[in-house]
Order: sequence, then structure tokens, then C-alpha cells
Amino acid sequence: MSSLFTYTLRIADSSLILGQRMSEWCSNGPTLEEDIALSNISLDMFGQANGFYEYAAQLDGTKSADDLAFKRNEREFFNHQMVEIENGHFGNTMVRNFLHDAFNFLFYTELANSKDETLAALAAKSLKEVKYHLRHSSNWLIRLGDGTEESNLKVQDSLNEIWQFTNELFEMDEIDTELLNSGIAVDNKALKEQWNTIVNNTLSKAKLTRPEDAYMATGGKKGMHTEYLGFILAEMQFLQRAYPNAKW
Amino acid sequence: MNETKFQERIDAEKKIEPKDWMPDAYRKHLIRQISQHAHSEIIGMQPEGNWITRAPSLRAKMILLAKVQDEAGHGLYLYSACETLGISREELVKQLHDGKAKYSSIFNYPTLSWADMGAIGWLVDGAAIVNQVSLQRTSYGPYSRGMVKICKEESFHQRQGYEIMAEMAKGTPEQKAMAQDALNRFWWPSIMMFGPQDSDSPRTGNAMKWKIKRQTNDALRQDFIDKTVGQAEVIGLTIPDPDLKWNEERGSYDFGEMDWDEFWNVVNGNGPCNKQRLAHHKKAHDEGEWVRNAAKAYAKKQELVAN
Repeated sequence: MSSLFTYTLRIADSSLILGQRMSEWCSNGPTLEEDIALSNISLDMFGQANGFYEYAAQLDGTKSADDLAFKRNEREFFNHQMVEIENGHFGNTMVRNFLHDAFNFLFYTELANSKDETLAALAAKSLKEVKYHLRHSSNWLIRLGDGTEESNLKVQDSLNEIWQFTNELFEMDEIDTELLNSGIAVDNKALKEQWNTIVNNTLSKAKLTRPEDAYMATGGKKGMHTEYLGFILAEMQFLQRAYPNAKW
Repeated sequence: MNETKFQERIDAEKKIEPKDWMPDAYRKHLIRQISQHAHSEIIGMQPEGNWITRAPSLRAKMILLAKVQDEAGHGLYLYSACETLGISREELVKQLHDGKAKYSSIFNYPTLSWADMGAIGWLVDGAAIVNQVSLQRTSYGPYSRGMVKICKEESFHQRQGYEIMAEMAKGTPEQKAMAQDALNRFWWPSIMMFGPQDSDSPRTGNAMKWKIKRQTNDALRQDFIDKTVGQAEVIGLTIPDPDLKWNEERGSYDFGEMDWDEFWNVVNGNGPCNKQRLAHHKKAHDEGEWVRNAAKAYAKKQELVAN
């Protein structure tokens, strides 16, 4: 497996799993308009995943994008653990998405300058969508944080629960470093400062308190996961696994 | 006087607009019909939503999700069209939850395999299109314009459903069996979507006179059956009706007797998924209440700041 293949797969995996989670909202949104917005975000994530998987498949040369999505197991998935966690209530989802969107926004902004032209093009395309996602989740975070007493308490709890998954976004391993040195990868660590600015500003507008760092999840890009991922894959991959010779 | 002028407008094929005078019974009929249509779009998200997380490819996943999202959009247009008649969306949703408003019974059947996504697109959306194409000429302006928009998207839905069925029908023996099974389960409920036979459809008279409905239930049903039989033959599936046969004289297919006891049972709440569908909608609505309240409270605060 080449470093570039693994790097591309990691991006695709995070998009797919977040898209999968977001698609669970369909017909469950708090308003009809919001139901449509959540499906839109999910569709964007699937589109992004598809683009990165197609590229990974091309780099691999033997597997298709669908093989990569539907025929790997938990330990072979490299997404951020944050995107696996359950949707919970609408506030949980918005907090998770906000924290991830802020990272994605900065990440794709940088990746759009990658020396790898395909990654740069995919990043530029994704960035347009992620800007909208970040605006959507920020606005909701502010509305919920500064809405009613109940909503403030609820999203503060969400924030406290989900915070442990934020540190992982900025991790660098040998693949990141190798590709950073060749001008392909993003320096995730360097994004932290700007991410802090976006997060702190929004939390302050939302009248929410930034949690202290305590236990921090680590290792998604090495195939470490929460216990949720296995169930996500079992559901998502069911038909491909049950009928391995079928075309759909 | 008003009523005469109103009927003259209708007879002259002029659209009735929200501010025009209209008989109370016309308004009531429209609210009932449009809201039933809107609720059908919204409840109809559930049987297909059931398979989004299990769709077998990235493409299938995106197409299905986009389709279900379209249905939410259709619901939105239709609720808006209904609101022009002087009733709020909240009231309409309450009528649904109280069981006063109905939705299409077809959505009270469970989706048990991926082929059901094909059958729903092909048959259920196919039947809906036949009805909706006819409704593009309905006399109420906002409803008619909504139908024009919706029809464009529905034909895409029908094609994607048929594509799933065709793909499965020529797939592995297991896939073909799933496709045939889905057709067997969805055929009769689909042709019952057009409602009771004309002889048992008490409101058809007024609806036709006011040109809300442009064709009767039986005429629309026949049109759908005539269109669909050939499509099944092309992909090698068998329509589960032993009495189905071409009638040269009528230039249409004759078909077997529908099970009206089942139809009325499902309409009256005693179908396989009636309880689950409503419970699902209520649950989402109830769980969203704190979010809607927070959004309102926040908007109010912003107004105070602005003033």
C-alpha cells in the first residue's frame, strides 16, 4: 500500500462514515426544512467520499471505489473516530459536525494547494460544500447555545461528551510527515491554532464553555475505533457481504 | 351568484387563486386532498428511508437519499400550497397525528429487500405520476403549479426504480427472486393507490365538477396498468394477476378483482405498518420540539437586539 493510497483512503473514510451517520437523519429531522438540509449534507459527504475512493481505487489498481467502501473491516478503516459516534439528539449532531466541519474547512483549504493535482482538485470541490456545512452547523450551535435554558444545557453536555474526539483531528503520523515533506499532505498540527480561533469565537457567541482536555481519543488513522464502527459497517455492507457475486 | 361565477371560471379552464372567492366545500375538499398528498410524501419517506443505510453501492446510496430528499421537498411544496387555503402546517401535522388526515395506504406496507426500492420507484412512483400528470390541470392554481414541479422529479424516480428492478431481474437467481417477490407484494397495493372504484367513490362527483380531479379513479388505474404490463414483460417479471389479459375490443388490459376488504382495512388504520409510520413521525416531531423552541427563542432575542 502506497502512502498516497492510505492518505487518500483516510479522507474518504471520514467522509463516508459521516455521510452514513447523517443519512440516518432522513425522516427524523426537527423540521421538514432541516430534514432536507441534513440529507443535503449527507449527500455532499457521500459525493466527497466517492471522489476520494475513486482516486484511491485508481492508485490501487485492483479494487473499485465500492470494494473499498463495502469490503473492508473495522481495523482497515482509517476515519476520525469523531464521525462514528452516534447522532444522539440534534444538538449532539450539530456539535459533532461543527467541530469536524471547522477542521474540514481548514484541512481542505490547505489540501487545495497540494502538489498532487487530483487531491488538490478534490479538495477544492469539497471546500465549496464544507464552507456551507460549517456555516450551517455554526449557526445551529449559536441558536441552540443561545436559545432556551434547556437547549443551552443540552448542547453544553454534547460538547463535553464529544470533546474527547477533537485532538485526533490534528495528529500526524509517518505517512502524513512523509507526504508533507513532498508537498502533498496537510500539516494537521499547524491547523490547530486557526481551529481554536474558529471554535472559541463560535462557542463564545453560543454562550457555551470550552471543555478542558481530559481523555483524548487517538489512532483512527491507524484503524483504532469506537465500538460503533462495527455496527455501522455491518449495516452498510450487508448486501455486498451477503451476495458477494451480485451486481446492483 | 358567487357560485355561478365560480363555476363559470372553472368551466372556462381558468385557475382559481388563493384570494379568489371559492365555495367552502371546494376549499375543504382541496385541503383534504392536498394535505393527504403532502402527508403521503412525508410518510412515504419512511419505507425507502429504511434502506438508505443499507444501499448496496455508493451510487445507489446517493440516488436513494436524493430521491427521499425530493419527497421531503414535495411535501414542503404541498404543505405550502395547502397553507394558501388558510390552514397552518402545524394544524395539518396535528390532523395527521390525530388520525383525522390520511395518507396513501401504500406506505403502510413494509420494505423487506433492496428490490422493494425498485418496486416502489417503478410502481408506486409510476402510479403517482399517472395521477399527478392528470392533476397538473387541476383547477386550483397553487396545487396545479406544485404538480408541474413535482412531475418533473417523479419521472426520474420512476426510472431509477425501474432500473433497480431491471438490474436485479437480470442478476443472480437470488436477485431475480427478490425482484419478483417485490412485484408480487407491491402490485395490488399499487393499483389500489388510485382509490376505490368509481361506483364507491362518493366525492368524485364534486371533484370532477370543480375540475379538482380531471379523471376518475378507474380511468387513471386503467391507464397505469396499460403502461406497466409491457414494462414488466421487458424485464422478464410476471405480474401476479392470473386474470390479466389484453382486451382487443377495449384496447386495454382486463384485470382481476382487487381485495377491497384489505384496502379499507389499511385505510382505516389496520395495515402492517400504520402504527409504526405514525409513531415514527410523532417521535421525530416530539424530539424536535426543543430544537424548534430554541430556534424561536433565539430569533426573538435577535429581534430585540435589532430594535
